[in-house]
Amino acid sequence: MQYVGQILGGVLMATFMTIMIPRAAVSAERIGAVLAVETSLHEPESPVASMPTPGTIEFDDVTFTYPGAEAPILGGVSFRVEPGQTVAVVGSTGAGKTTLLGLVARLTDVSDGTVRVGGVDVRDLELETLWASLGLVPQRPFLFAGTVGSNVRLGKEDATDEEVWNALEIAQGREFVAEMEGGLSARISQGGTNVSGGQRQRLAIARAVLRRPDILLLDDSFSALDVATDAKLRQALWRELPDVTKLVVAQRVTTVTDADAILVLDDGHLVGAGTHEELLATNQTYREIAESQLAVGVAGEAGA
Amino acid sequence: MSDQFHEPTDIVEEAAGAPLTAAQQRVHARQAKAEARKAKAQARRAKWGPQSTEDLSEEEKAEIEAGEAARLASDSWDGVAPGKADDFKGSFLRMIGLLAPYKVAMIVVTLMGAASVVLAVWAPRVLGRATDVIFTGFFTRNIPAGLTQDQVVAGMRAAGQDRVADMVAAMSNFVPGAGIDFDRLRGFAVTVLIIYVAAALLGWAQGFITNIVMVKAMWRLREDVEAKINRLPLAYFDRVQRGELISRVTNDIDNITQTMQQSLSGAITAVLTLVGVLVMMFSLSWQLALITLATLPLMGVLFGVIGPKSQKAFSIQWRKVGRLNARVEESFSGHALVKTFGRRKDFEAKFAAENEELYQQSFRAQFLANIMWPAMSFIGNISFIAIAVIGGLFVAGGTMTLGAIQAFIQYSQMFSQPLQQIGGMVAVVQSGTASAERVFALLDVDEQEPDAVDAPAPVDGEGVIEFRNVKFSYSPDKPLIEDLSFTVRPGQTVAIVGHTGAGKTTLVNLLMRFYDPQGGHILVDGQDIGELTRHDARARTGMVLQDTWLFAGTIRENIRYGRQDATDEEILQAAQATYVDRFVHSLPHGYDTELEEDAANLSAGERQLITIARAFVSQPSILILDEATSSVDTRTEKLLQHAMASLRSGRTSFVIAHRLSTIRDADLILVMAHGAIVEQGTHEELLAAGGAYAELYQSQFTGAFDTEELDDEGESEESVSV
Repeated sequence: MQYVGQILGGVLMATFMTIMIPRAAVSAERIGAVLAVETSLHEPESPVASMPTPGTIEFDDVTFTYPGAEAPILGGVSFRVEPGQTVAVVGSTGAGKTTLLGLVARLTDVSDGTVRVGGVDVRDLELETLWASLGLVPQRPFLFAGTVGSNVRLGKEDATDEEVWNALEIAQGREFVAEMEGGLSARISQGGTNVSGGQRQRLAIARAVLRRPDILLLDDSFSALDVATDAKLRQALWRELPDVTKLVVAQRVTTVTDADAILVLDDGHLVGAGTHEELLATNQTYREIAESQLAVGVAGEAGA
Repeated sequence: MSDQFHEPTDIVEEAAGAPLTAAQQRVHARQAKAEARKAKAQARRAKWGPQSTEDLSEEEKAEIEAGEAARLASDSWDGVAPGKADDFKGSFLRMIGLLAPYKVAMIVVTLMGAASVVLAVWAPRVLGRATDVIFTGFFTRNIPAGLTQDQVVAGMRAAGQDRVADMVAAMSNFVPGAGIDFDRLRGFAVTVLIIYVAAALLGWAQGFITNIVMVKAMWRLREDVEAKINRLPLAYFDRVQRGELISRVTNDIDNITQTMQQSLSGAITAVLTLVGVLVMMFSLSWQLALITLATLPLMGVLFGVIGPKSQKAFSIQWRKVGRLNARVEESFSGHALVKTFGRRKDFEAKFAAENEELYQQSFRAQFLANIMWPAMSFIGNISFIAIAVIGGLFVAGGTMTLGAIQAFIQYSQMFSQPLQQIGGMVAVVQSGTASAERVFALLDVDEQEPDAVDAPAPVDGEGVIEFRNVKFSYSPDKPLIEDLSFTVRPGQTVAIVGHTGAGKTTLVNLLMRFYDPQGGHILVDGQDIGELTRHDARARTGMVLQDTWLFAGTIRENIRYGRQDATDEEILQAAQATYVDRFVHSLPHGYDTELEEDAANLSAGERQLITIARAFVSQPSILILDEATSSVDTRTEKLLQHAMASLRSGRTSFVIAHRLSTIRDADLILVMAHGAIVEQGTHEELLAAGGAYAELYQSQFTGAFDTEELDDEGESEESVSV
């Protein structure tokens, strides 16, 4: 009887294993596949650790194609931004705006051409040096679980409370943070789900401002703000950070009318560059975008 | 706000129909009970110190939550969910009560279980008899025929073989010279076979019926929860996180099902088996039975010492897994940030530390779990040896037959099995009860006021809307709308503007009766909507919201949701008018493209266009557009305006928008601030007045950059080269 029981137990175990082993094998394969991916960003052997002209951004005939894609998302884009300038990037969804910012931050490498930040090809720069000079506000403002303070201090851990408040002030976040229970030590849940979209954006901007970077990269960072707050925020940014180069991806034309230059992207190509007035006069794509947003406004002013 | 519960109003209302009053009474009775339980639980907590989750810090709570999520996600059940019910007894009984409607079936199941156990317990005894027949047969073969049993015993004693004589004396059916009595043996064998077949059949039938009952009970519980959710006021959904609610409806009910199926059904059999085996063991030999029982305290000590430790180790392990998952998720989602803000090393270090902690904990948990079973079988083996040795002596002494010992050994093995089962159930039942408590808490939440049974039929009007001295706030300490009055004539377009939090969406909530005002009246065509049933109040209103709600299904189905009897032709027209038609053809299957849950395969703008098409199809007499085109790019929006204009024409519509361009041609613009309407009039009037609206308008169209600022910026020279 006992032996029979043991045999049965063994058979059960074996059946169990025939089920589990293939499952485990599949999992192992998948993990192996992730581990086998080679990182595509290589830091140079002897990286450049300083920039001759901090705050400049230069695109030299840049082409970028996503791996496996047929058509490039950016094709032959060239422009140059001087320190302290505000340059806006406009274009419809899928035109390659976000990709352009990603190339500046070297989150991906160009397929062809050169991106220079601070006068140096980003591929020759030490990554830490490059990133230390940037303040990135991504399209989806991401908050980490922790506190308001720990989130804003992400890029500058040793910032004083006063500095943090100051950054919040610029990002138009001072008021709502002060109203939150605990102020800077108010809890932020994972993903920042306990604050509204507009509040997330403002915290993300404060985080970038606090670093006082050479270059501020704003990827459609005002979309969740109401127009008045949006306006105040931009005013404060422009006023308080005059020396910082600002590369702004925008949906609303009002956000960009005053920029030093506007880059118009369409289907991955730079179809126009210039000031609002110039583009309005000469650029068909820009005029279409602008008219769709401003036409009523212009008419309204006439009517008023 | 959970729009998911806004749009499908029709379903909501139909489900919350007549049987409400009875349900309500039940709910009230339950509430009273629940409160009593709460008081008891609190008293207990006071006695036992910081035990419940309420005493934990935010961080710990979050950690436990993450751990729970990890456990559920991993789909693994070793180391049961670390949940504890606040009121175990109450919730447990109520969980059992879920089976009350199936009383008859449960009684049948119990009887069948009992019968099956009796059979299973009986079988070893019969087998023992068979062994005796063989043993006796071997013995008698060597003894000359014709002697009686007494003569043989006497002869053996004379030969000085007292022990063998005792053994022979204890044998029954002792026929010298007969050899093995194959007829009797066959009889026993057949009996055993029948017993085992019958026991298996009974066990199978029992499992079958139990399963049906459990599945039905869980189906009913899900129905209850679903119906309950439909009766809950919107305020509840604003208060509770959606994920939490979904978790209750899915995970917790799953957990209860598991508990019921795995444990409660097994529990009956386990207890019955235990009793049956004990009875048989004592009937065979009370001395041996006591020896077997003596191992119980040993096992108890083992369970008592290792069990809680192992359970705790597992719960800590889950918590660590949860934290690690959260960390990984965060560093993936915030990948670009972690890199560009120079925090890679920091995150790596944190990950390494948490990974190390998890390693330590898993080791501990697995170690504890793995020493448990060898230890148990060690104790089992000790008792086995004791029974074998002492039982052997009994056989030799003639107090027991060999078959009886064999049966006893089988019983002693059957004995530990239900014990282990019951031990394993404790944790499962605990976690299941905790889940049940959460589900019951949901079922006990206050419901919205039921619709009046004698609600008047809605009058057929043109859609005149009047707010008369409306007073409303979400929470008593934060007054929002104090005294709001305005009238909208049929066919007018009313735009509501104002800063975030000014109360724009609140107006919509009141109009749709998602909330009821605390004072004043809202009249549609002269009829107070508070008197109508919610279904009627909402039936003539179509909404398009900022947060789009699309369900998993084809695009065509999603558009048809506006009106179920819409023809394909009407759907196509609506799609063309709202520019859905333009992008639909670039999708794999056109209108029959299946949308994923939350329609993640479409852009936000495309989703909004589909919901607009839906409103187009439904042709309501009142239309509410709450930031309906906020995600549509401005070029498309411009095109959409014709469609929106034709949609609005002839019906009273409310438009909420950030972009003032959308609302310039509204018949009436209400400017809200802090819950009050601070200005109202047409675009031109308000601009001329130079108040809040003018300010808002200026900021939007001229931008925040007045001329001096432009001059400042203008200094840096133009240097863009293409």
